[in-house]
Amino acid sequence: MIEFKMPSLGADMEAGTLIEWRKKSGDTVKRGDIIAEVETQKGLIEVEVFDEGIVSELLIKEGTKVPVGTILALINPNENVLETTKEALPEKIEIVIQPTEEKIVEKTIEELHIKASPLAKRIASENGIALSKIQGTGEEGAITKEDVENAIAQRDKIVEIPNETIETKEKSEFKIESIRAAVAAAMSKSNREIPHYYLEKQIDMTKSLNWLLEKNRQIPIQKRILPAALLIKAVAKSLVDYPDLNSVWENGLQRKKEINIGFVVSLRGGGIIVPAIHNADSKSVEEIMEALNDIIPRARAMKLRSSELSDSTITITNLGEGGADVVYGIIYPPQVAIIGFGSSSEQPFAENGMLGIRTLLNATLSGDHRATDGLYGSGFLATLNKKLQNPELL
Amino acid sequence: MNQDEITKTIFQLLKQIAPETEPSNLLPDENIREALNIDSFDSLQFLVSLDEKLGIEIPEEDYGKTTTLKNLVEYIMSRMKISL
Repeated sequence: MIEFKMPSLGADMEAGTLIEWRKKSGDTVKRGDIIAEVETQKGLIEVEVFDEGIVSELLIKEGTKVPVGTILALINPNENVLETTKEALPEKIEIVIQPTEEKIVEKTIEELHIKASPLAKRIASENGIALSKIQGTGEEGAITKEDVENAIAQRDKIVEIPNETIETKEKSEFKIESIRAAVAAAMSKSNREIPHYYLEKQIDMTKSLNWLLEKNRQIPIQKRILPAALLIKAVAKSLVDYPDLNSVWENGLQRKKEINIGFVVSLRGGGIIVPAIHNADSKSVEEIMEALNDIIPRARAMKLRSSELSDSTITITNLGEGGADVVYGIIYPPQVAIIGFGSSSEQPFAENGMLGIRTLLNATLSGDHRATDGLYGSGFLATLNKKLQNPELL
Repeated sequence: MNQDEITKTIFQLLKQIAPETEPSNLLPDENIREALNIDSFDSLQFLVSLDEKLGIEIPEEDYGKTTTLKNLVEYIMSRMKISL
C-alpha cells in the first residue's frame, strides 16, 4: 500500500484542510492525476498523486483540517505498474521537496487475517474505512455489514465536529492575511538561516527586445511574448552550466535534476505567490509564455496545483517596467538562490569607445553562501548576459 | 461606436483586470498602468480583451501611444476611423 499524505507545500505550511476528494475509492490513478483539493494559506490547491494504482481507501473526510504528513488515503499499486514505481524510487528519495512523502508499506499481517463478510469488505472499501479499525461482532469476531455501517456512522460523527472550512470566513480577507503570514514565515526563516551574498550585473537588453519585437510582429496578440518569458528561458539555460544554484540546502547541498523556475506573481490584494514553471530549460520561449498565460491567472485566483507550489528549484522575481531599477531578493528556503530583474530603461552606454543609447536591465543574484561562492555566482550572471545577447539561440 | 462608448468599454475591461480599482476615476493624462497598478502581464491581457471587444490589435511599437486614457481613446478612434 502507498500512503498518500497531506503534502507540505512550502517550508511554511503546517496544516491543510481537505476540501474535496476528486477521486473515490476504487478509482484508478496515475502520476500527475489530481486526487484532492486542499485549502492552505496559499489558496485552494489541486493536489496531485505521484504513484499509479487504485485508490483503496479515503481516510480523511472532506472539510477536515489535518497537519502536514497525515495519511489522507491509501493507494494500492497495480501489479503491472509496480515495476515502474520501483524504478522511480531512487529518484524520489533525492527529490526532497516533493510534496508527497510516499512510502510503500506492507499490509500488516493483522489486516490480512481480518475476518469479514465480502459485503462488509465492499462497503468498507467504498466508504474508505479501514477494516483493522472495526471491532467485529459476528461469528469468531468477524466483521459484519452492520459493524461497518456503525463504524462509518461513528467516523462521520467524529470528523464533523472540527468541520471548520474557510467558507464561513470573509474569503478575500482570509486570503490576504494568510498569504501575508506565509510570506512572513518563509522570509523570516530565510533571513535567520541563510547567509546571503548579493551580486549585480547590468545587461544590455537591446538585442533581446528587438528580437522579441520582430517575433511578436508575426504572431497574433493572444500569443504575444513578454520579456519575462525570455528572461526565464535565459536563466534556465544558464543554470544548466551552474547546477549548484539549482539546488536545495538540506543537510548539505543537493542538486536538483529538473530546472523548475519559481516565478514570483504579485497578488492584487497584496502578497506574493510563487508557482513553478516545470523544466523551463527544455521549453521554448513560446511554451514558457503559454505556461505564464496559464499559471499567472490561476496564481492570482489562488487555484494552483500542489506540484506548482512545491517543485520550484530556484526563484525569479521580475519587477517589470516602471518600477525600481534593482531588486535584491531573499532566498526561498530550502532553495539556494534567487534571481532578480529590475525595471529596464534606456541609458547611455559605452562600447568599443563609442557612446550609444541602449535598454539596460539590472540583474541580481542573491546566493546562499553555504552553498556557493561569489565567483560561481558571478560566472552565472556573465553566462546569463551572454545568453541574452543571443536571443535567437534561446 | 462613439467616444463615450469607447471610454466606457475601456473602463469595463480595466475593471475586469483590476477589480478593486475604480477606472472611471482616471484622469485623462494619468498613466493608466501606474494609476491602477497593472503589471506587464495584465497590461497584455487588457490589450487582448480590447482586441476581442473592438477588433483592434495594438502593435508593440504603438504601446507608447496608449499609456493614458486620453491618448488611448484617441488612438482607438483613429484606428476605427472615427472623427472626434
